[in-house]
Amino acid sequence: MVENRPWLTAFSHLVLIAGVLVTAFPIWITFVASTHPGENLLAGQAPIWPGPMLWQNYSEVLSAGMGAAGGVPVGEMMWNSLIMSLMITVGKIAISIVSAYAIVYFKFPFRMTFFWLIFITLMLPVEVRILPTFQVVADLGMLNSYWGLSVPLIASATATFLFRQFFLTVPEELLEAARIDGAGPIKFFRDILLPLSRTNIAALFVILFIFGWNQYLWPLLVTTDESFYTIVMGIQRMVNVADSEPQWHLVMATATLAMIPPVFIVIAMQRLFVKGLIETEK
Amino acid sequence: MEKRVTFSHKSLPYLLVAPQIVITLIFFIWPASQALYQSVLLEDAFGLSRQFVWFQNFAQLFGDRLYLASFTTTMVFSIATTFFSLSIALFLAVMADRVIKSATVYRTLIIWPYAVAPAVAGVLFFFMFNPSIGILAYMLRALGYDWNHELNGGDAMILIVVAATWKQISYNFLFFLAGLQAIPRSLIEAAAIDGASPLKRFWTIIFPLLSPTTFFLLVVNVVYAFFDTFGIIHATTEGGPAQATNILVYKVYSDGFIGLDLGGSAAQSVVLMTIVIALTVVQFRYIEKKVEY
Amino acid sequence: MKRAALAGAVGVAAFAFSTSAWAATEVQWWHAMGGKLGEKVVELAEGFNASQSDYKVVPVYKGTYTETMTSAIAAFRAKQHPHIVQVFEVGTATMMAAKGAIYPVYQLMKDSGEPFNPSDYLASVTGYYTDTDGNMLSMPFNSSTPVLYYNRDALKKAGVTEAPKTWPEVAEVAKKAQAAGYSCGFTTGWQSWVQIENFSAWHNLPIGTKANGFAGTDTEFTFNSAGHVAHIGALADWQKSKIFDYGGRRSDSAPKFYGQECVMYMNSSAAYAGVKANAKDFEFGVSTLPYWPELASSPQNTIIGGATLWVLQGHESEEYKGVAKFFSYLSSAEVQADWHQFTGYLPITNAAADLTREQGFYKANPGTDVSINQMTNKPPTENSKGLRFGNFVQIRDIINEEMEAIWSGDKSAQEGLDAAVSRGNELLRKFEASN
Repeated sequence: MVENRPWLTAFSHLVLIAGVLVTAFPIWITFVASTHPGENLLAGQAPIWPGPMLWQNYSEVLSAGMGAAGGVPVGEMMWNSLIMSLMITVGKIAISIVSAYAIVYFKFPFRMTFFWLIFITLMLPVEVRILPTFQVVADLGMLNSYWGLSVPLIASATATFLFRQFFLTVPEELLEAARIDGAGPIKFFRDILLPLSRTNIAALFVILFIFGWNQYLWPLLVTTDESFYTIVMGIQRMVNVADSEPQWHLVMATATLAMIPPVFIVIAMQRLFVKGLIETEK
Repeated sequence: MEKRVTFSHKSLPYLLVAPQIVITLIFFIWPASQALYQSVLLEDAFGLSRQFVWFQNFAQLFGDRLYLASFTTTMVFSIATTFFSLSIALFLAVMADRVIKSATVYRTLIIWPYAVAPAVAGVLFFFMFNPSIGILAYMLRALGYDWNHELNGGDAMILIVVAATWKQISYNFLFFLAGLQAIPRSLIEAAAIDGASPLKRFWTIIFPLLSPTTFFLLVVNVVYAFFDTFGIIHATTEGGPAQATNILVYKVYSDGFIGLDLGGSAAQSVVLMTIVIALTVVQFRYIEKKVEY
Repeated sequence: MKRAALAGAVGVAAFAFSTSAWAATEVQWWHAMGGKLGEKVVELAEGFNASQSDYKVVPVYKGTYTETMTSAIAAFRAKQHPHIVQVFEVGTATMMAAKGAIYPVYQLMKDSGEPFNPSDYLASVTGYYTDTDGNMLSMPFNSSTPVLYYNRDALKKAGVTEAPKTWPEVAEVAKKAQAAGYSCGFTTGWQSWVQIENFSAWHNLPIGTKANGFAGTDTEFTFNSAGHVAHIGALADWQKSKIFDYGGRRSDSAPKFYGQECVMYMNSSAAYAGVKANAKDFEFGVSTLPYWPELASSPQNTIIGGATLWVLQGHESEEYKGVAKFFSYLSSAEVQADWHQFTGYLPITNAAADLTREQGFYKANPGTDVSINQMTNKPPTENSKGLRFGNFVQIRDIINEEMEAIWSGDKSAQEGLDAAVSRGNELLRKFEASN
């Protein structure tokens, strides 16, 4: 900058610090609540500083789980969430990169029909078609399985669309050159397109992992077997208890644990994430 | 927009699109067509008796004051959420862009709500704003405001807007910051030499240059507010009080899943699908145009 | 066949499999009991499983009452349903109407040759779940009735020695407590259940025509009568001065009582355990629901809430034998007495109530017999036997909405109740049409 405005710079920092504090506040309160005994949270006001129960609460949810969530240990639910989100992420990226490849790099009858068929699924969330979808999954015998948890959620066009947008920006010369070298479609895809898509794949990995991890209603419906319960669904169950009050300290300990994996992925991959998304958008 | 040069191969392209098409047909198109069929039926919850009622479900829907009110509620909620999450994120991004050396640090600190599940975010805000035990409700009361989102529709709307905005600021911030950093420094410096104040520079140079990012985010945020906020509402207000926060997506769920009014809920799904398809086409047209030049 | 074609089309994706191992004779039981109650449910199933070796009951926690019921219905449509599902009382009409889906309990017991005598059960509890011929359709499990909890210390501080018996006394006590520094008089949980449904039964007022829906689906609501309007109007008035303070649809208002904001609290007798655990800094007492002397010279009886166990059709008869055996186990005096004492739910058999009295539980825990006394106060009338309305899950939400509008002052009691009645009647007609 040519000019120097120390006051404005100080003001900027101030605003940003305020922004950070506001964003972090709910997370802080969650953490604080997870370190108190349960009765403290139900009578009077929630505390603002951590309490003495950190180890007890966390070891309780990690080892024994809580009755309110069907008594499934949090570790097991997190493992299920992890498998489900990875299946969704990998599955979605795999099927959509090849279908986008076909739609952009080939000319064939019904190409646009396929494109619109996929495209129409872009935005409609699973919640509004949940009962018929459940019926299909039940008919296929996929209830209570990792397949049932993940495959139906792979049916969405976001990833296909992003790959298509990216492929369209890849210079035509690359393909011309490849064809002169005698490279076939599979070789071109493997040796040229795939390496070029690395950042996009990384960005999608972040988005889809979070999408999968955060699913709530779907896992609730398709699982009746405790060994397939996922963490986000577990938290909701802890809050909605009949004829008694939620055990907030354990809910909050679980919520804190549930946030760790997706937050870790977002922060660790933030650079690639932004780059991948912006490039596609350009 | 299409590629000039393409491969030609008889079976390979079909093989490549097959997995996605199969999954889309089975888990999307088929259930959606079931919903379409269901929307002209009157059926009991267990599926033991059903009768064909033509468009009675739709007629009932549009004769229902509450369904029409749900449109207004959805508009208010989406506009408020989009406006606040965009403007706050833009403000923060502009500030971060000024102190470029520390921008990465701030970005890391602001980014994480994006990773929090809407259902979990809902639980957090429900806890903090709980009229009897919540810390924020307590603070508001200390300031002389009697917060009760269980009773006051306005409070409930504020609650879900705050929760939804909180979750979305980080995403918008990322894009705005990247957009700002892509603006050539020379342009801004030239304006600074001409004596334009920072505020003026923002409105005359920076903001117009950001407009593609802004438009993109606008669409993303509207879609987010329309559909992805389901978990937030489910965990906080459940559409209440007196349906003050019953947005369209939640109403489909609550009428169908909780109320077991399958036909009415399916009719709502059909309306929603139409809206989604329209939104998609609009967005698509825009993006196509932009890619072309 | 549609299903086969679909299964064929999926090809690759379909090699999924269900992991539940159907070893020996397993009985699936979907329930909605979270928290401490959930642990007790698991204990019940384990007790049964240990008592014999032919059958194994597997309890599965399926979330809230609505989530449990809807999951079971969705599963039924997909032929993946459990043997037993716990359904809350407002789902009763929906379940009863589903003739081809449910296996009535009296039939089940007869078919599987289990000894079963309906007169062993508390009439005021089973009345809710019997058909017009007096046959028991579902097995009562957790039934409760609303009672009044009060903060003994606060009342003492306000110079009150006895719990209020009537509504005017409630207001009186509330004002005294407010003068003594408490911010609110009383709050309520489950407002529709406590302040409309039980209010009606307690004052022998009908909630709807056709014997509260027992006599036919062509019933209409009547809870906008002068008596109802007077009661709700009084509450709305008190909301302004915090004699009454609304705190949410379910039990969300409990912290107001625990935190000593409100000195009285009306909610399910099953909240006893929770109140005992959370009322840390004060002594509490339990008393009967208040009544209006203008509307009834003495109160009638209250009605139950809670849930029953429904058996679903479509399984093997050998499995149903297990279900019947489990129900016998569940109804035994020892199991019931333990359940009643632990949870605060009503005992479902006379023997269990007697056993509890013999064990001296009511003496040791004053107030725990309020619920059963309220239920058996007078022989039930047409207005106090219970209620049976279709789509009542949604109707309760409508009542909640309209009551919230009344509390916030957007509507008068008359306007709100009129609206609730007319919106409710629409749903009753819809239910009548689809059944």
